[in-house]
Amino acid sequence: MTGLEPTIRVQTEPFDIEAEIARLSAGRADVGAVVTFTGLCRDEGGTLAALELEHYPGMAEAEIGLIAGEACRRWPLQGLTVIHRFGRLEPGAQIVLVVTASAHREAAFDAASFLMDFLKTRAPFWKKEHRVDGTSGDWVEAKEADDEAVGRWRR
Amino acid sequence: MKLRYFAWVRERIGHAEEDVDVPGDVSSVADLIAWLASRDEGYAAAFAEPDVIRAAIDHEHVDHSTPIAAAGEIAFFPPMTGG
Repeated sequence: MTGLEPTIRVQTEPFDIEAEIARLSAGRADVGAVVTFTGLCRDEGGTLAALELEHYPGMAEAEIGLIAGEACRRWPLQGLTVIHRFGRLEPGAQIVLVVTASAHREAAFDAASFLMDFLKTRAPFWKKEHRVDGTSGDWVEAKEADDEAVGRWRR
Repeated sequence: MKLRYFAWVRERIGHAEEDVDVPGDVSSVADLIAWLASRDEGYAAAFAEPDVIRAAIDHEHVDHSTPIAAAGEIAFFPPMTGG
């Protein structure tokens, strides 16, 4: 258990990855590893015009906070930032950022992976597809593989 | 109590939130889903596969056996697809 306070933001704006890394590591000499994961919007073979990301305000922040808190208990982290965007996002756009800082790389890698696995299955966000041909596509379906990914962290 | 709906649950029902007075015999999340599904075609379509529906009470995930008596806000939504 650490006294670390994770930074959690749910926003429409893009994020500045360099600035977020610097916020966790600048001016300190005890951080040996910073891992970032950035999720981007794919064009699905040229068929996707945009994703519309819907979220549950209040619960989204709370649920990410619970997952981040669990990560802080399981790994010796020195910094943790999660940013998730919502609204209309076009191919190539950033969707989600996880930044973890630790003394050693293993904790930073594992915590980032853990956070993403749980974010995908527990944080209240939903993606709707808008097609290049102008039709409103389907809601993206949850993948069984994502549920299985969560299972590997059980202990 | 206040009900909120998201993603295709919201689209099928036709609105994002509402205040409802539920009958006294509706005591669990599962009861509430069954009662809502009986209201009209939109609700029936939204809750056609109850097992797929996820629920949250006051911003926390709950399973369908959870009592609703103390709930302020109950939300229904499909499995999440963020990240």
